[in-house]
Amino acid sequence: MTTAVDVVKDIPLTIGGRVFHSRLLVGTGKYRSNDEMMRAIEASGAEVVTVAVRRVDLDRSKTESILHHIDPKRWFLLANTAGCYTAEDAMRYARLAREAGFNDFVKLEVIGDQETLLPDVAGTLEATRILAQEGFKVLAYTNEDLITALRLEDAGAAAVMPLASPIGSGLGLLNPFHVRIIKRRLHVPVIVDAGVGTASDACVTMEQGVDGILMNTALAAARDPVAMAHAMRLAVEAGRTAFLAGRMPKREVAVPSSPVEGMLD
Amino acid sequence: MSETIEIVVNGEPHAVTSGASLLELLAALELDPRAVVVEHNRRIVRRPALGDVRVAAGDAVELVHFVGGG
Repeated sequence: MTTAVDVVKDIPLTIGGRVFHSRLLVGTGKYRSNDEMMRAIEASGAEVVTVAVRRVDLDRSKTESILHHIDPKRWFLLANTAGCYTAEDAMRYARLAREAGFNDFVKLEVIGDQETLLPDVAGTLEATRILAQEGFKVLAYTNEDLITALRLEDAGAAAVMPLASPIGSGLGLLNPFHVRIIKRRLHVPVIVDAGVGTASDACVTMEQGVDGILMNTALAAARDPVAMAHAMRLAVEAGRTAFLAGRMPKREVAVPSSPVEGMLD
Repeated sequence: MSETIEIVVNGEPHAVTSGASLLELLAALELDPRAVVVEHNRRIVRRPALGDVRVAAGDAVELVHFVGGG
């Protein structure tokens, strides 16, 4: 089988000096079972998996550590600060995550609103600046806003993560124009995070030229997460390859594909 | 008999032996120190220091680990 790597020259995704060979990053939340989650992660081909920091359940009746299932030697654990509404809280979670001893990467989320889960831009900027100074590789979740993205890069972010649409919404890429502009202007990788719902969303997102996509609910909430993970892997690869191939220009008139000469009288 | 004091672990009141170290607290809770990160009164205590830090009445201890998330 011919694969994209055979026909298209691409460079691997590099974030904070670390090289990754998959442009699809996946979350580990909301799966119906750990077995299904592991099979979906395998099918996605992702190297980076996100995890959350939470209290240990002292009576052991509920949550066990995700590390019972995910081997940190095989997957790169990217801790998030999900659920944090202030820069201070997010930094606290980031520092706890780093202390677990796997790496100094953090997916920074400072949420500004409970209903939309849209990011608090001021808090995200503040936390990015401080954590970057502390040596963290900050992947900052943000709006699809160029100025914020530029400020995050200035603040030391290792990657900027504009949303496609709100977290868990599955609405797809709502603002391709702004995402494209962000990618064009930033030097650090741009990873679209949140909102992708199905394979076509992932493909269109990658066609904007972004460096990767992080998704969770699109897999976990699919009827068949393993099949969807496979579809997403192909879609990310297809979208990336189409971007590198360079699409034809859009025209509002028809242009025939067959010769106009040589027609019968 | 050793005296017990009350501290707060993960938001819940918890009785421990007076003068217990964080390492002893983890042992009493049957938690592997390599599998949790410990915060004591808002300060992270690194693993090698867990045996040296002792809890006092009213202290707040947070024990966290990684769970599934996006």
